[in-house]
Amino acid sequence: MADVLDRVKKIIVEHLDANEAEVTMQTNIKDDLGADSLDIVDLIMELEDEFDMEIAEDKTEEIATVGDIVNYINQHKS
Amino acid sequence: MLTDQVALVTGGSRGIGRAIALSLASVGANIVIFYAGNKEAAEQTVQSILEFGVKATSYQVDVSKKEEVDSAIKEIIASWGHIDILVNNAGITRDNLLMRMKEDEWDEVINTNLKGYFLCTKAVARPMLKQRSGRIINIGSVVGITGNTGQANYAAAKAGVIGLTKTTARELASRGITVNCIAPGFIKTEMTDQLDQELHEEWMKQIPLKHFGESTDVAEAVKFVASSSARYITGQTIHVDGGLLMG
Repeated sequence: MADVLDRVKKIIVEHLDANEAEVTMQTNIKDDLGADSLDIVDLIMELEDEFDMEIAEDKTEEIATVGDIVNYINQHKS
Repeated sequence: MLTDQVALVTGGSRGIGRAIALSLASVGANIVIFYAGNKEAAEQTVQSILEFGVKATSYQVDVSKKEEVDSAIKEIIASWGHIDILVNNAGITRDNLLMRMKEDEWDEVINTNLKGYFLCTKAVARPMLKQRSGRIINIGSVVGITGNTGQANYAAAKAGVIGLTKTTARELASRGITVNCIAPGFIKTEMTDQLDQELHEEWMKQIPLKHFGESTDVAEAVKFVASSSARYITGQTIHVDGGLLMG
């Protein structure tokens, strides 16, 4: 769990110019980090590469917080 | 110069696509062409490209089929590492007057000439987004603006390409990707040779420069838009038409 969160955090910090300290499981990617829809597409692509998995396009709309991403990855990784 | 860049030209084995492929190769780009069925023409074009001292290869791809497009583009990324330039050019005609046009004539043209552009654009957008750069160049047509008797399907697809160009340009601009449309007027190719004589003469009267264009005229415009000189141009349709459209 912690490992996944750390890896997700690293990608978010790199791609959204976020401060690592402000990224927690509760952080909302759009509202708190100011990501627009293309940022999210970008982020999903990076996550897919990092975790070597595909995130279904219709699921990306359900992802709001960092915790949503971590949970999704934990549920779907092989 | 486009040295070490990879350019994918759909419909690149013949006609305008071939001229575009050669033109991009002449300034150092490595070239991948997609062709629909004429393997011999594709191989000849690849040979001509190789003479510029760049790398070249071809894939037989039906651009209206998502799986074929996706798997070819995945292979290109795997073996060449990146795609820097996409030229959507593959197109067909199934001319008929509206009242006689069959549903499959409509569908075939829309599927190749419009959906094919969408599928190729979407497939290259991912690697381009990641590398934060790219050039997408859509080949349109003057008939997308003017309409043309007997080409309801083709004109609708080409008008659609302009909307696709502008939308893609807006969506990808923040990631350093430019998207433009080069819209040929009357260019001497196998495709326009099929048009009847009367139509030919009718169009000629309307061309201020008083002659049809060559494939290389289109290729030169593509080469410019693909180059770093055009870095501040996006979402535009550039007409290469001898003045036909100026109204």
